[in-house]
Amino acid sequence: MSDTGIGAAVRRKEDFRFLTGKGHYTDDINRPGQAYAYFLRSPHAFARIRKIDTAAAKAAPGVIAVYTGADTNAAKVGSLPCGWVVTGKSGEPHKAPAHPPLAVDTVRYVGDHVAVVIAESRAQAKDAAEKIAVDYDVLKPVISVTDAAKPGAPQVHADVPGNICYDWEIGDKAATDAAFAKATHVTKLDLVNNRLIPNAMEPRAAICEYDSGVDSYTCFVTNQNPHVLKLILCAFVLGLSESKLRVVAPDVGGGFGSKIYCYAEETVLLWASKHVGRPIKWAAERSESFLSDAHGRDHVTHAELALDKDGKFLGFRVATLANVGSYLSTFATAVPSYLYATLLAGQYTTPAIHAEVKTVFTNTAPVDAYRGAGRPEATYVLERIVEVAARETGIDRAEIRRRNFVPPDAFPYQTPVALAYDSGNYAAALDLALKHADYKGFAARKVEAEKRGRLRGIGLSCYIEACGIAPSAVVGALGAGVGLWESGQVRFNPTGSVTIHTGAHSHGQGHETTFAQLVSDTLGVPIENIEVVHGDTDKVPFGMGTYGSRSLAVGGSAIMRACDKIITKGKKIAAHLMEAAVEDVEFSKGVFKVSGTDKNVSMQQVAFTAYVPHNYPEGLEPGLDETAFYDPLNFTFPAGTHVAQAEIDPQTGVTEVVNWVAVDDFGNVINPLIVEGQVHGGIAQGIGQALLEGCVYDPESGQLLTGSFMDYCMPRADDLPSFKVDTTKTPCPHNPLGVKGCGEAGAIAAPPALINAVTDALGIMHMEMPATREKVWRAARSGPLKRAAE
Amino acid sequence: MYNFTYHRASSVSDAAKLLGQDAESKILAGGQTLLPTLKQRLAQPSHVVDIGGIGELQGIKVSADKVVIGAGTRHAAVAMSAEVARAIPALAKLAGGIGDPQVRNMGTIGGSLANNDPAADYPAAVLGLGATVHTNKRAIAADDFFKGMFETALDDQEIITSVEFPVPQKAGYMKFPNPASRYAMVGVMVAQTKAGVRVAVTGAGPSVFRWQDAEKALASKFAAAALDGLAAKADGLNSDMHGSAEYRAHLIGVMARRAVAEAG
Repeated sequence: MSDTGIGAAVRRKEDFRFLTGKGHYTDDINRPGQAYAYFLRSPHAFARIRKIDTAAAKAAPGVIAVYTGADTNAAKVGSLPCGWVVTGKSGEPHKAPAHPPLAVDTVRYVGDHVAVVIAESRAQAKDAAEKIAVDYDVLKPVISVTDAAKPGAPQVHADVPGNICYDWEIGDKAATDAAFAKATHVTKLDLVNNRLIPNAMEPRAAICEYDSGVDSYTCFVTNQNPHVLKLILCAFVLGLSESKLRVVAPDVGGGFGSKIYCYAEETVLLWASKHVGRPIKWAAERSESFLSDAHGRDHVTHAELALDKDGKFLGFRVATLANVGSYLSTFATAVPSYLYATLLAGQYTTPAIHAEVKTVFTNTAPVDAYRGAGRPEATYVLERIVEVAARETGIDRAEIRRRNFVPPDAFPYQTPVALAYDSGNYAAALDLALKHADYKGFAARKVEAEKRGRLRGIGLSCYIEACGIAPSAVVGALGAGVGLWESGQVRFNPTGSVTIHTGAHSHGQGHETTFAQLVSDTLGVPIENIEVVHGDTDKVPFGMGTYGSRSLAVGGSAIMRACDKIITKGKKIAAHLMEAAVEDVEFSKGVFKVSGTDKNVSMQQVAFTAYVPHNYPEGLEPGLDETAFYDPLNFTFPAGTHVAQAEIDPQTGVTEVVNWVAVDDFGNVINPLIVEGQVHGGIAQGIGQALLEGCVYDPESGQLLTGSFMDYCMPRADDLPSFKVDTTKTPCPHNPLGVKGCGEAGAIAAPPALINAVTDALGIMHMEMPATREKVWRAARSGPLKRAAE
Repeated sequence: MYNFTYHRASSVSDAAKLLGQDAESKILAGGQTLLPTLKQRLAQPSHVVDIGGIGELQGIKVSADKVVIGAGTRHAAVAMSAEVARAIPALAKLAGGIGDPQVRNMGTIGGSLANNDPAADYPAAVLGLGATVHTNKRAIAADDFFKGMFETALDDQEIITSVEFPVPQKAGYMKFPNPASRYAMVGVMVAQTKAGVRVAVTGAGPSVFRWQDAEKALASKFAAAALDGLAAKADGLNSDMHGSAEYRAHLIGVMARRAVAEAG
């Protein structure tokens, strides 16, 4: 292994510009003649708009234009679409009510878009927005998912009876009922997966402009998948030819899912840019991010686990209500169905599983994928109920999991909930995690903590996730509106440097380093001579972007396929130069050789020859620039064990996370430094969800109570311990790199590990997230409870 | 932010004169509350009088029996003052726990007291240590200064010039921060002073207050154990999504005991 090749802990190439303030984020870009947009948002959770008077705003200083839903409607700006059609139990497709980018006659959440003001400055736009008079007929909103699902609840959309988007199921109900009938023990649990607000460091922003000379548009935008956004904007919303729109997602400061989607803001800006004939910039204030970025999670679940006398899982039954918010965001429907319930087997051989999911509209911001997207919710349900089952049956928490693991020789393993796991060794990760956590020494540590007046607990989470969602044909059959392959282009420049174009998009993942390592190792080009280009639809072949921990497994595989093509063509050129037969040419470490001789030519020489083809194989095209499109055969299935240890101060309810072990199986690892960083960030978000974060709307008025960092509690460095991070390895058998994906693992594994530790410390069965200090104090004060749910 | 007229006052009397010209004028000290409020368009002053450049408001003077801190002194200066740390370590600790480094490098003691945020730290120091607030018009005892949520005894053109803390025999400050904002959900200053034991609680109620039951208990014996079994009353305390009144009342007891233990 070289010090920059596959497996090397190369420091991130992109960090120099980020750490020295030289990154180019959307709001750093300024276009000549640029105007500024400000969106007037609804102050009400639910109201009819009787009248909007924009006359005073239009007359305000610096104002160029004011548009409302009446204008976009008249111009036939389309509804923001949901890109995945989930078919319910009855065979009916989900309900997808209209989602106008500017509200037409009704506002459905606090922060909904009422009007846009375009002015010479941000301040003027904002001043003018205050002069817009909106006459609202305020309606009673419905906020919680359980309230919205009740008969007689306020109807968020007139054309969605009972607020139900879909009522869906997966698994074999009869087989599951039969499994419960023969169970010796049934564990039941009610739990809530708390709603989260993503809070990427960079708020959303966009600059849109129209060039009348060539009748085409450009949109600079904070987005994770610029080609997908372009497709949606052109084909589904604005009716433009795709050749007339360039979408650029430059440096993006974090996404966590919230920048996958097609939002109202860039849609309206793009449309308006032609009308006003000026580039228009919009950048969210942080409070707008809280209100209008798509939120995450928000499930209410009842789960039941059937066990035999030996603690083997016989059946698993789950019923979930999932909040989709006021409108369907771009992939909202896929998250609580195919990305959630298909993961309910976890690492276990449970033979019968049945899950029912109802998705429900409410007067809250749209809910969509957020780091982990469905898989944290599934892991939370499963790893909590397994923990409760262990406590109820008296079987050791590690042992009950081990007894039920899919064994290493059972792969590929078909679960009862559609997925077929490709590879894994769950006991290996558990064993290593328990060793790192000194599981055997825990009892002594608990006693020692008690002497200091602290309650110590330990919690396990044996998670699995499905990454790199694929293959396209399968997801298409399940309702996806897009393919889920990826593109990769490897372009040699004449003097031997390489430019990689990837359809994946980096917004913190370190692709510029990892992908360069792949190509450096494969083609023998020094890493400093390799650049990675992403995020610009005019530069990069059509690609699907970054989410679902897919970039390396899918995007990296595409790049590897392109490298294969480079080598194949390079051999032809090298054979010609060395006057040898193509089949006698070998390639290794940047050098083409004739087998069994010392004749060789370098990759650099071959690249030069390809562009200056004076002495060149007859009939071969010049140039050395290859593109590949890779459609995976299956998901990849990273898995592992996290062990959390926490100490509680019973006098105050403060929970201190004192030790964290993460052992993850990501298959082959290209850059262990980047992988460790991804795991750290994921755990931090998972600890945030478990202890600190929770989106709270006022249940009556629908006002967002956690609308700033004063009230929405993000995890900070001093809330976190040092993490012990290690890996096991079962390579993915179906992609060329043997990699699985690491971006979401921490956020998936962490919440149940920590809640298991907190409830262990308190001697109770369950506590809802976030386990706030007051909740923990109350539980510590009232002492152990016996049973979580009946 | 709405438009306003900005003035940079050269002296306290200049500032008072500028303030007197318009009823909608506001003083800008360190700006840690006023500026975010302006940016959120929650306030619309006609004039903003910046007192940050007034030299006479700066500085810390420590003598054998008192610490006098100019109203314009930044929290960081108090936190890092070796003299304050020697005379009243609890005061230096309190200042060092306000907000974050950016806040401590801009915020001032006078600004904090004039604002009287119910969750601010400094009101606990002033009330708990029995300080005197000096203004351009008079001296106000701590017990007379804090009037209610964001309300003080200051009149419209009155400007805090300095705060005089008598050096206590012992003092301790313990804060239970709101995990999101890191403001005090409960902060308790306990002090054994020449004038008796004082216990001041911030964060828990609409304004800083003295916990007299605890003062009585500690007067007989200044030890954490003296507070065992003593519970603050939840009536009238703040209750919000971060903590109920009952929880805050409980925390007052815990923080008070820990503050006494820290005072030594």
